[in-house]
Amino acid sequence: MTTPLLQVNDLRVSFCVSTGSGLGYATRNLKAVDGISFDLHVGETLGVVGESGCGKSTLARAVLNLVPAGSGRVMWLGQAVSGLTEAAMRPLRKQMQIIFQDPLASLDPRMTAEQIIAEPLKALAPEIDATQRRRRVADVMARVGLQADQVHRYPHEFSGGQCQRIGIARALVLNPKLIVCDEPVSALDVSIQAQIINLLQDLQRDLDLALIFIAHDLNVVRHISQRVMVMYLGRAVEIAPRDAIYAQPRHPYTRALIDAVPLPDPQRERSRSHTPLTGEVPSPLDPPSGCAFRNRCPIAAARCATETPVLRMLGGGVQVACHFVE
Amino acid sequence: MTAPLLNVDALSVHFATADGELCAVDGVSFAISKGETLGIVGESGSGKSQTVLALLGLLSANGRASGRAVFNGRDLLDLPIRDLNQVRGKEVSMIFQDPMTSLNPYLSIATQMTEVLALHQRLGRSAARAQALQMLAAVGIAAPERRIDQYPHEFSGGMRQRVMIAMALLCDPHLLIADEPTTALDVTVQAQTVGLMRELQTQRDTAIILITHDLGVVAGLCDRIAVMYAGRIVETGPVDAMFSDPQHPYTRGLLTSVPRLDEITGERLATIPGNPPAITQRPRGCAYRDRCAYAFAACAEHPPPLQTVINGRAKACHLEVLP
Repeated sequence: MTTPLLQVNDLRVSFCVSTGSGLGYATRNLKAVDGISFDLHVGETLGVVGESGCGKSTLARAVLNLVPAGSGRVMWLGQAVSGLTEAAMRPLRKQMQIIFQDPLASLDPRMTAEQIIAEPLKALAPEIDATQRRRRVADVMARVGLQADQVHRYPHEFSGGQCQRIGIARALVLNPKLIVCDEPVSALDVSIQAQIINLLQDLQRDLDLALIFIAHDLNVVRHISQRVMVMYLGRAVEIAPRDAIYAQPRHPYTRALIDAVPLPDPQRERSRSHTPLTGEVPSPLDPPSGCAFRNRCPIAAARCATETPVLRMLGGGVQVACHFVE
Repeated sequence: MTAPLLNVDALSVHFATADGELCAVDGVSFAISKGETLGIVGESGSGKSQTVLALLGLLSANGRASGRAVFNGRDLLDLPIRDLNQVRGKEVSMIFQDPMTSLNPYLSIATQMTEVLALHQRLGRSAARAQALQMLAAVGIAAPERRIDQYPHEFSGGMRQRVMIAMALLCDPHLLIADEPTTALDVTVQAQTVGLMRELQTQRDTAIILITHDLGVVAGLCDRIAVMYAGRIVETGPVDAMFSDPQHPYTRGLLTSVPRLDEITGERLATIPGNPPAITQRPRGCAYRDRCAYAFAACAEHPPPLQTVINGRAKACHLEVLP
């Protein structure tokens, strides 16, 4: 088998946060990503889902070495990424890019579309001269569906969907092998969402891109991913091929998440018996002992409070972190 | 048939801006009966929020509403502020998208909840507190005796939305307006909130206007829906018929462009080309025609009026039948 594009092994990221004030001032450790491992192959899409605060964005940033990993290892085509200096990272940055949730906020308002899209080339591929750069920018703009006469416009002159296209063009301009998409469509209107999803899928197929697609919308993740990872309080509770995880979710949290998604079908929606989870995600500063999901879990037992379940391989590429799933 | 609880007729909302007068809502008409849930669906800028804000006299200072909105025999758009204050929070109440910014961070939950009871029902402090406690318990907040004296920042997002719902229901309103009540919530908490609203509605027979862009939430909660585009209602009808057989090209486009858990995987999403028009650049005639696959000459000439198709269903489209 070929070397995976990306290998993530027991990755941990924690942040020091201050709690209290005045005399009660203290700092505590917040474990945002708490031991995550996965592989990603060339041209593959891994969907990452979870509720707010589960660490999915931190995971994305740690994979790209944008936040320092506390421990664990990220390997890019067999080469260790974590701990590299910014200078040593530079050649790798050409191959891994990111697009963000808020399309307008992630573009510099004082730069034109052309300047924004050309910036990665200037920074990471200075050997390319201005003429070639302009041609390259024109190519990617056409590729993502922007008009050639829009090069000199500023971000505020574009709609949200078009801004997201500029963000995608900026990520594509260096011909990367991996694009991390951090909630790329959640700020967009329904009719625009579909355009961007189709664009990402076309690009992936044509350019053999690998995508890490982070979202809280399970419908979108099902549509675009080949494999899906479900996160809860910094840990992966289930990783499985797309069809397996949606047809037969194993972890109780995955089951609850999928059950909670309303279907755009009034008759089926009325006949469905939802058993929504009680409670909300606990603060990551104060996670429950053992299995972090146990205080909301319908099948929790005494063992769950003392023993943290590890991700086990169940066959068929399904990995689950629960004591009671066979 | 009894008269509807609220009858909105040709409601328009204009804003005076530096670019001239802009029309956010353009002659919207709908009615809602007791105990009914009406979903208003549309993309950002379609005018769905401004429609309900206009009903309650909550437009920003440069906004102006015209038309009629008869609620329990009185025109809300024509009421002096003193009378409107008697309606707002008592007969009609509203919950907003972001529960954090719509609660006052400086006041305890008890103060915020009893205020409305003191104002509208002239209850004394202990009676108001007792009723507030009861309502907090009804929306599923555990240990309400302890929670009621806490401040908004001590509640999680989902719990804050429950507090908002409890506050809105305190005076037992005839009509509850919910503007994107679940959009800011996580999916498991959204499911809890939707379940709670459904439960409260069956118990209390409150009419609800639910504004959302989430077609799944609409499917689960609403009896009827109205789809808005560029300030107008383009289609309205019972929820089942609208989902199974949309008659307006935009409604169909919306329904087919969302990925769904029950779809066959591997298929491309249908898309609506282009973007919704900016409020300053709406095309003449039908505002949807630039994006519509079926547009023909008549669409550019005059905007199609909302006309009854069959009983209970109406659409604003020059096409007789959607191919």
